[in-house]
Amino acid sequence: MSSGRKIWAYRRENGRVGVRNCVAILPVDDISNAACEAVAAHIQGTLALPHAYGRLQFGEDLELHFRTMIGTGANPNVAACVVIGIEPGWTQRIVDGIAATGKPVAGFAIENNGDIATVAAASRKAKEFVHWASEMVRTECDLSELWIAAKCGESDTTTGLASCPTVGNMYDKLVPAGIYGCFGETSELTGAEHLAAARAATPEVREKFMRTWQAYQDDVIEAHKTSDLSDSQPTKGNIAGGLTTIEEKALGNLEKIGKKISFIDVLEPAEPPARGPGLYFMDTSSAAAECCTLQAAAGYVVHIFPTGQGNVIGNPIMPVIKVTGNPRTARLMSEHVDLDVSGVVRREITIDQAGDALIECIVRTANGRLTAAEALGHREFVMTKLYRSA
Amino acid sequence: MSAPHLLVHDRADNVGVVVVEGLQAGSEMLCVVTADNSDFRLVARQAVPIGHKIALVDLKAGDTAVKYGQDIGRMIAPTARGEHVHVHNLKTKRW
Repeated sequence: MSSGRKIWAYRRENGRVGVRNCVAILPVDDISNAACEAVAAHIQGTLALPHAYGRLQFGEDLELHFRTMIGTGANPNVAACVVIGIEPGWTQRIVDGIAATGKPVAGFAIENNGDIATVAAASRKAKEFVHWASEMVRTECDLSELWIAAKCGESDTTTGLASCPTVGNMYDKLVPAGIYGCFGETSELTGAEHLAAARAATPEVREKFMRTWQAYQDDVIEAHKTSDLSDSQPTKGNIAGGLTTIEEKALGNLEKIGKKISFIDVLEPAEPPARGPGLYFMDTSSAAAECCTLQAAAGYVVHIFPTGQGNVIGNPIMPVIKVTGNPRTARLMSEHVDLDVSGVVRREITIDQAGDALIECIVRTANGRLTAAEALGHREFVMTKLYRSA
Repeated sequence: MSAPHLLVHDRADNVGVVVVEGLQAGSEMLCVVTADNSDFRLVARQAVPIGHKIALVDLKAGDTAVKYGQDIGRMIAPTARGEHVHVHNLKTKRW
């Protein structure tokens, strides 16, 4: 399939298209963060991805950890990857997972070596990778080859009037052209779950969606709930922006998936989509950094983030394009806004025109223009953890 | 068309969203229904911030608030047409 629009991007060994060219320095576990940050401080053009977990996890939670680590290294926005862990076993498992893409990857273990020798050896490899990656040239690719995820945050009532419908309009145009799309935020569909379920492509997908949504209700919400979820759904920011209830918030959220398309599968957190081009639902938290990290680990290379009150989220390996329909946010937080669609609420532009403007913004971002979050140094990399460690 | 003060998603809705800053009590609002571009006038009975909702009809405690043509919660206090609708008079039915 083709959109008829070309972009300049990086064609990876496995055929996927990336829009950034990172050399990632990936810690297997929390105690390898220091070594990774030392390598990144030493070798210019590399990017350390420190995080809080990776020790004594087990079962499904450990599988999610591996899926997130491997998926992050495997993401087409990453040209090459150095992996550092405390011991060689889990390190090698992640190296092998990333190597399946065909990209250069090397692992280093700290035990019996210490940080200093490990950093020296990993730095030599990282330097080699940087020279190699920095000679890569963008090639002409089709816009329809992109995997584009979406998630909204610090939502308000303008989110459902302008910025989320803008994203939905983009998906209505680009999903039929062949992109992979993704929305998540399981808890935040509460109040609109029946409408989300109705957008599943088949009865099987609908049932899988309802099972996933119900499990989040039962295992997470009902097990721990407090009145109004302790000001977390809606958040204080949502309420300041005029959103009153989870139902109202969810209905605005769901505007992101457009009017014409349906979703073709339900993904586990960080699970790569496997049913070909189309829109996917992923079971995620509604916290911005967690959701973006999971979508990037599933292989998405561009992210669209509609915001009402002005969430400032970014991601280290995936450009996050901020869209707002709130004229006050566009004015007061302009440095965080990539696309201002507040003309929609003034009735100066239509949703269709806003969707076209978003597609232009995606093309420019894919071609290399830094997003506001990238220029401001936002690199929030936050792993999802399912339960306490052993 | 001049810029509206209040947007309403659906003709079935009984609340609308203020989309201008500094709306004062007593302002006559141009209200537009986005679903079909129809418009009507309504007087705001209170100063309401941008992004916040205003009742389009008189609502009593127990009534369902409707936005996007859908149920967004239960009114917990009587609210007159033109008044502010938010956490003081509207509550989720979910948690």
